[in-house]
Amino acid sequence: MNHNTKTNVMAHIDLNNEFPGIRGPMGFRPETARPLNELAELLLRDDNNTLSRGDRELIGTYVSYLNDCFFCQNVHGALAGHYMQCNLDQMNAIKKDPSGAPISEKMKSLLSIAGSVQKGGKHVTTGQIDAARQVGATDREIHDTVLIAAAFCMFNRYVDGLGTWAPQDMNYYVERAPRRAEEGYLDFDLAK
Amino acid sequence: MAHINVPEGVPGIRSLVMFRPETGKPLYDLAQVLLRGTSPLSEAERELIAAYVSHRNACGFCRDSHAAAARCLYGEDAGTVDAVLNDMERSGVSDKLKSLLNIAGKVQILGKEVSPEDVEKAREQGATDREIHDAVLIAATFSMFNRYVDGLASWTPEDPETYAAMGKRMAEKGYVAPKPE
Repeated sequence: MNHNTKTNVMAHIDLNNEFPGIRGPMGFRPETARPLNELAELLLRDDNNTLSRGDRELIGTYVSYLNDCFFCQNVHGALAGHYMQCNLDQMNAIKKDPSGAPISEKMKSLLSIAGSVQKGGKHVTTGQIDAARQVGATDREIHDTVLIAAAFCMFNRYVDGLGTWAPQDMNYYVERAPRRAEEGYLDFDLAK
Repeated sequence: MAHINVPEGVPGIRSLVMFRPETGKPLYDLAQVLLRGTSPLSEAERELIAAYVSHRNACGFCRDSHAAAARCLYGEDAGTVDAVLNDMERSGVSDKLKSLLNIAGKVQILGKEVSPEDVEKAREQGATDREIHDAVLIAATFSMFNRYVDGLASWTPEDPETYAAMGKRMAEKGYVAPKPE
């Protein structure tokens, strides 16, 4: 089966293209796609950051999982897996139980904060912030964690709120991840 | 006090953007293109959607600043803003705008809450694909801004006059990122 085949229902609006997930509305409205992609690039891929690309993609994946956004959790899960060198089963295990996963105590504390942001900004407690600091998280790392989690609460809603389609074959996501890691989120071809 | 060491006495998202100007730029660019760029929805309607979503997320800073901007833009119909925040369904806005606010309210809960029926209802009231798109993206974007502002416990002023001045600036000058300290 060609895993690019569009099998799902139509999006809620006519996007004038058949790109999956967020690429559909990005093709529909390039003016807003630009700052969205710039934000993704800076938050997830810019190397001027003490959190690794894998750490940041994992935060995006976890929030997308909590928001039950199939497209985002698989795109970013594949990228996190690519950077962290773990397979689909290992990534699924981390999403389901980050506190029991073989990741650093600092990442566990940051994922806990991200999980609270997913529920609502006011769910983040000073206790969570203190706990993150105690295991070495800096203000900048806490900032980026909160903004990545908040940004995925946007991306997930954009993707699902317009009823975009998503490839169901997991290989689609895994196979594309190395190229997205290489090319980044700016100036990529929406059709590829 | 904010959860991280942001500049003192600077409210809401402005303090966060001064802390991290690199990410601030695309955030302000997004607000500008969404709320001030070309759209079949008026600037007042778009600010109202932003205030409505922020209200539902109980984000006082975003609600009060965007409500103030919407009041400025609605001019003599400024009362529309408070009517919608009090009870959207009973407010005097058009059925089309109600159907778009309904979609925005669903997006605020979660993307998947938007049903084909919600979209169909908007179409019956004359909403275009572009208007539905903009309503969804504004609602999604404020689901981010609200979490950013409250997730880091940035300062929320309480004086209504502060928001009136902020709203006037937003209505007249749009979204320009503050300079880092």
